[in-house]
Amino acid sequence: MHEMSLCEGVLQIIETEAKRQQFRKVKTVWLAIGVMSGVEIEAMRFCFDVIVRNTLADGATLEIIEVPAEAWCLECAQTVSIQQRYDACPHCGSYQLQVTSGEEMRIKELEVE
Amino acid sequence: MCTVCGCGTDTAEHSLIRGHSHSHAAGLSSARMVQIEQDILGKNNQYAAQNRRWLAERGILALNLVSSPGSGKTTLLTETLTRLQGKVPMAVIEGDQQTSNDADRIRATGVPALQINTGKGCHLDAHMVGHALESLPIANGGILFIENVGNLVCPAAFDLGEAHKVVILSVTEGEDKPIKYPDMFHAADLMILNKIDLLPYLTFDVAKCEEYARRVNPTIQILHVSATSGAGIEGWIDWLICAKPPIQA
Repeated sequence: MHEMSLCEGVLQIIETEAKRQQFRKVKTVWLAIGVMSGVEIEAMRFCFDVIVRNTLADGATLEIIEVPAEAWCLECAQTVSIQQRYDACPHCGSYQLQVTSGEEMRIKELEVE
Repeated sequence: MCTVCGCGTDTAEHSLIRGHSHSHAAGLSSARMVQIEQDILGKNNQYAAQNRRWLAERGILALNLVSSPGSGKTTLLTETLTRLQGKVPMAVIEGDQQTSNDADRIRATGVPALQINTGKGCHLDAHMVGHALESLPIANGGILFIENVGNLVCPAAFDLGEAHKVVILSVTEGEDKPIKYPDMFHAADLMILNKIDLLPYLTFDVAKCEEYARRVNPTIQILHVSATSGAGIEGWIDWLICAKPPIQA
């Protein structure tokens, strides 16, 4: 249930940006969430709706862009696609992988009025 | 389709177009796009960086102890405190949803402890720890143990400003925990396999467990310990002493 804290973080950023970039209403929020970020997308949606109630983002649409996971295989010396942390390299079977993407949780952009 | 300019991209493509600009002439539409590009955990990470700086200035080693409930974190901690008492200054931050039972157990050893009750929260965050640091007496060059809420999921994402996350896994749990909860084992620098005195009575496969842990984290260090019998505690104490930063003049 740390999605609740994450959504509070999203709202804080939105409120800070509202002052800085002069907007009063948020219509859409785009988040980029890595598939290995530990975020449960459905929980995120549920928490978002609860957290933004009676704020400038009340009723905003949440668009979540899932970022696929990639890792650098030390054996093959190339970027490979993985599904989970414990996956082996799809080419050589090695577990010597360094995750390079799929862990991010970012607010990308907002549609505002 | 992009709702602002109708540029015909769906959401997924939209994000992939670098430098795609949504600037419109003023007055054409009241809706506009604003670029944010910020880490959702940015605020927590700022607090964590402050904590890390505060700790570094005082030469304090901070460890974030994480595990599922019942792995023996508090028993390992009381055993560790008893052994290092009088040799190294220490303090403990205890995170639990409710009760001060764990802090009471720690204080019984004579080491100062501060209990944070997270209420409905499932993890400690860097802001809570920052406030705890203000009121917890800890001498320079000491060790701060932060016992996180028993939870192998959420605490993985929250940097508290610690030097290392230490994950404790007891052999009464499944050996596949490292791949069931890969985020935590990936985030930790050290895995302590606890309750090893019980191995003769269990079917826990130590080699398999270690293999799983290294799959999700090829550089993870592993220690075998029994907080109850004292087996392996020396190795853990040595690890602590080695991890301590040199005291700054």
